[in-house]
Amino acid sequence: MKVRTMGRHLREGSRNITRNGWMSFASMSSVAITLFILGVFLLLALNVNHIANVVERQVEIRVFVKQGVEKVEVDKLAEKLKDFSQVESVTFIPKEEGLENFKKSFGDKAYWFEGLEKENPLSDEFVVKTKDPVETEMVAERIKNLPYVESVNYAKDMIKKLFTITTMIRNVGIGFIVALAFTAMFLIANTIKLTIVARRREIEIMKLVGATNSFIRWPFFIEGLLMGGLGSVVPILLLLLGYRYLIDLVQVDLNLYFLDLLPLNPLAWQLSVLLMGIGAFIGVWGSMMSVRRFLKV
Amino acid sequence: MIEMLDVWKTYPNGTNALEGINVKIEKGEFVYVVGPSGAGKSTFIKLMYREEKPTKGTILLNGFNISKLKERQIPKVRRSIGVVFQDYKLLPKMNVYENVAFAMEVVEATKKQTKPRVLEMLELVKLKNKLRSYPSELSGGEQQRVSIARALVNSPGTIIADEPTGNLDPETSWEIMRIFEEINLRGTTVVMATHNREIVNTLRKRVIAIEGGRIARDQQRGEYGYEG
Repeated sequence: MKVRTMGRHLREGSRNITRNGWMSFASMSSVAITLFILGVFLLLALNVNHIANVVERQVEIRVFVKQGVEKVEVDKLAEKLKDFSQVESVTFIPKEEGLENFKKSFGDKAYWFEGLEKENPLSDEFVVKTKDPVETEMVAERIKNLPYVESVNYAKDMIKKLFTITTMIRNVGIGFIVALAFTAMFLIANTIKLTIVARRREIEIMKLVGATNSFIRWPFFIEGLLMGGLGSVVPILLLLLGYRYLIDLVQVDLNLYFLDLLPLNPLAWQLSVLLMGIGAFIGVWGSMMSVRRFLKV
Repeated sequence: MIEMLDVWKTYPNGTNALEGINVKIEKGEFVYVVGPSGAGKSTFIKLMYREEKPTKGTILLNGFNISKLKERQIPKVRRSIGVVFQDYKLLPKMNVYENVAFAMEVVEATKKQTKPRVLEMLELVKLKNKLRSYPSELSGGEQQRVSIARALVNSPGTIIADEPTGNLDPETSWEIMRIFEEINLRGTTVVMATHNREIVNTLRKRVIAIEGGRIARDQQRGEYGYEG
């Protein structure tokens, strides 16, 4: 294909959008509305997932060592803990440090506990984090049976409930997104199909004048690309502005302080690229599928 | 040059539209194709620009064997002829100039080549004053003239017209016929299916009559030969 013909296709494709004014507007609106809804759910799902991750990562196992165990044995225990394949990190808190922390938590009343250093009632302690928080219970049960371990402490029932809830939220989120994406695709493709069906006579005429299939297809390709791309601009802007407003709101309002939202920076780009990509893809796909049916003249 | 050798056409519903057509149309000829409705006239015309494919037989057109044509090559054949339809088939969202220029865009002509050529053709059909009008703003005769300009713009050796005056009043029909005669005098082959008795009997040319899917009559300077 010659360069000027490509230029002609670009010009023709974009002019078709204005030529078919209302039809193009209908297509772009349906792209905009569906992408907006999709975007809202995407933001919601990503943030819920993020919050679930943050909460889960706070799960840890506290391992208390029996009183009066030799330093060598404690080191051996540390090695054993690190040997678990599921364990991500092991932090040792000697009882002296434990006492310091304990005292610190009482602030200026710490003097109440002066002298406890001599006969420290606390145990040496390990804080263990697993790679996958779901494995916490299993790992904790195995640590319990290691020698010199006095007791393990983890929020057993709480963890179980937490994981049931986060898994459910994630699955529902994914289900929603997938269903929405499909709905969006069919809705948009259908609207675009209507705009092209209205032009089947045009396609037929072009063929009778001796236009090749690709010559006819190109402007439609560009038209679909532009309509999908342009249609995604408005929802992207609305979503980003809305999200920024929400972040500001959460930061200012102490009642919402616990809501740890994903920061705008990488998210804005990811969301824009994703939505624009989906828009353009669906635009082109809908356009091509519809033209194909009328090319056989 | 157009040549048909034992051409048969059976539609999927079982209708035999053409039964063993043999005909030869030389370069520069002017031919009327006449016959009652449903006799196969339209099929005969449609085979020439490959809207229909023959069931059997060979069709030669400007050196192409169009009965053996691959899907991919159809556009090439259609560019070597100009086709004029009863319903004009103009692109509704393009103006007069764009409609004619479209046929040149299809063959990837440069802008420099396109503009003077399009204007020349619109001059020929006397529509130079309506360049920016859209088909819906034109009369039937004007629309048909645009479609003729489009058919001619790539200087094809052959013009195929399927009842070009079918929707027009007598006076406008004569305007159109004058254009066809003019381009025929310039050396273009014209094949025209028509129901217009007055035109065939006045502007005497070769007449091919098709009845029941066969050529019933083929005579130089013939008459229309049917009532009405």
